[in-house]
Amino acid sequence: MSAVSFRQVSKSYNTPKGSLRALDGVSFDIEPGEFFGLLGPNGAGKTTLISLLAGLAKASSGQVAVHGHDVQSDYAQARRLLGVVPQELVFDPFFSVRETLVIQSGYFGIRHNGAWIDELLEGLGLADKASANMRQLSGGMKRRVLVAQALVHKPPVIVLDEPTAGVDVELRQTLWQFVSQLNRQGSTVLLTTHYLEEAEALCGRIAMLKQGRVVALDSTAALLSRASASVLCFKTDGELPEAIRTAARITGRMVQLPAARAADVESWLARLRECGVPVEDVEIRKPDLEDVFLQVMEAHA
Amino acid sequence: MSGWQTLFYKEILRFWKVGFQTVAAPIITAILYMMIFGHVLEDHVKVYDSVSYTAFLLPGLVMMSVLQNAFANSSSSLIQSKIMGNLVFLLLTPLSHRAWFVAYVGSSVVRGVAVGAGVMAVTWWFARTPFAYPLWILAFGVLGAALLGALGLIAGLWADKFDQMAAFQNFIIMPMTFLSGVFYSIHSLPPFWQQVSHLNPFLYMIDAFRYGFFGQSDTSPWLSLGLVSLALAAVSALALHLLRTGYKVRH
Repeated sequence: MSAVSFRQVSKSYNTPKGSLRALDGVSFDIEPGEFFGLLGPNGAGKTTLISLLAGLAKASSGQVAVHGHDVQSDYAQARRLLGVVPQELVFDPFFSVRETLVIQSGYFGIRHNGAWIDELLEGLGLADKASANMRQLSGGMKRRVLVAQALVHKPPVIVLDEPTAGVDVELRQTLWQFVSQLNRQGSTVLLTTHYLEEAEALCGRIAMLKQGRVVALDSTAALLSRASASVLCFKTDGELPEAIRTAARITGRMVQLPAARAADVESWLARLRECGVPVEDVEIRKPDLEDVFLQVMEAHA
Repeated sequence: MSGWQTLFYKEILRFWKVGFQTVAAPIITAILYMMIFGHVLEDHVKVYDSVSYTAFLLPGLVMMSVLQNAFANSSSSLIQSKIMGNLVFLLLTPLSHRAWFVAYVGSSVVRGVAVGAGVMAVTWWFARTPFAYPLWILAFGVLGAALLGALGLIAGLWADKFDQMAAFQNFIIMPMTFLSGVFYSIHSLPPFWQQVSHLNPFLYMIDAFRYGFFGQSDTSPWLSLGLVSLALAAVSALALHLLRTGYKVRH
């Protein structure tokens, strides 16, 4: 049985401008033990899909189930199996870190959860903050508490909605170590993120959403092999000609151009030389998930 | 602890941690009312034959504190959680709508009764009242707190902003409590306003609560019991319905 299943899920919101279709017939399954990535540009429907899974919103049509338990008709069981780390950095200012975790355990009917709470605090680098009030914590620390809160009831399915947005390197590493360990121990993980290198490194399978539809769904390896071209990278301070600019991915000084064959590399470099654009740090690399992502999104434009 | 017990406990902890604001402040307010109105009106207002005005005022002030604080508890907790966004921690749990209801209304009753007992204890210095029927006192204290706790729950779910909540509190709850005979017996009003007062459900709670002290009231306590119970049933049914359908909290 699938850990998570979406069946023909649609969701429309009524807005002053009329009905907005956030999800349109989304169907896919996540198997137990998978590390699954859900990618898409802002507004693609990722958070809506997770809200439906978590019972924070109701689907307009279709079914969502966690280990076979429908999230509407059998919500109590579905929510017991699900640990959700929300995207927004929210907290209850009345309580300390440990109180927050003890109370969250209690909502799931769990008493005497001290040993597991200690393990969570340790694993997420929160041990010395246990008795600090939530208000006193930095943003990164609050994020860690959100992760711990999602895990107090040892859910077999963990959902992380952009957990590393605005988070420093140290926390990212702590977080991924901890979540990867849970995944190795059998937990299913569903991750949404805008950091595609994270998704590439962590996720075995990936779904890409665009405008409420699934536009790609495959193993990470298969998605990467889809990209036809290698990539020519270089840095420059010069002014690029229009023809090159439209074909390139430009990040500040860094320019990346698709190069399917060796001859393409030569022709790009020749054109740059003709235009008198100085280049440095030239390298040719294999395509990454970001290249695939951009190709997929462009193909469905 | 089971889920609802945890939520109940958390809600009590929430107001207890800010006890100066949630318990001590309303007690001080009640003392000020007692001092000012008791002093000014003692010789001018005639209520029941054998009862001094200050003694008459005491149960009314206690009940008013019970009602206002029960309402404030559930409504402010919910609106704060909604605006802070931390209501999501509850929404993600398997807690049923009944568990939410029992916990929010139960903690409101605890706060209402705690503040009421505090007001009672402190104002006891100003006037001694008899305790004719303690069970009526207790019954109406709890029923009134539960009714206002459930109303607060509805208001907390409905309001999107603090502004709307303040409107609910200032334009509905405050006038209804002030015009319910806390400071006067409705028999002192012209006949027309007596009729109007009878449409105010808060009147019956205050009046019957007072009956528990003096053994006399403007309306039969049994009628009040029936009306307040009916109101509680209706408001509870609405609150449970809103919680079950996820009104304004599950889209």
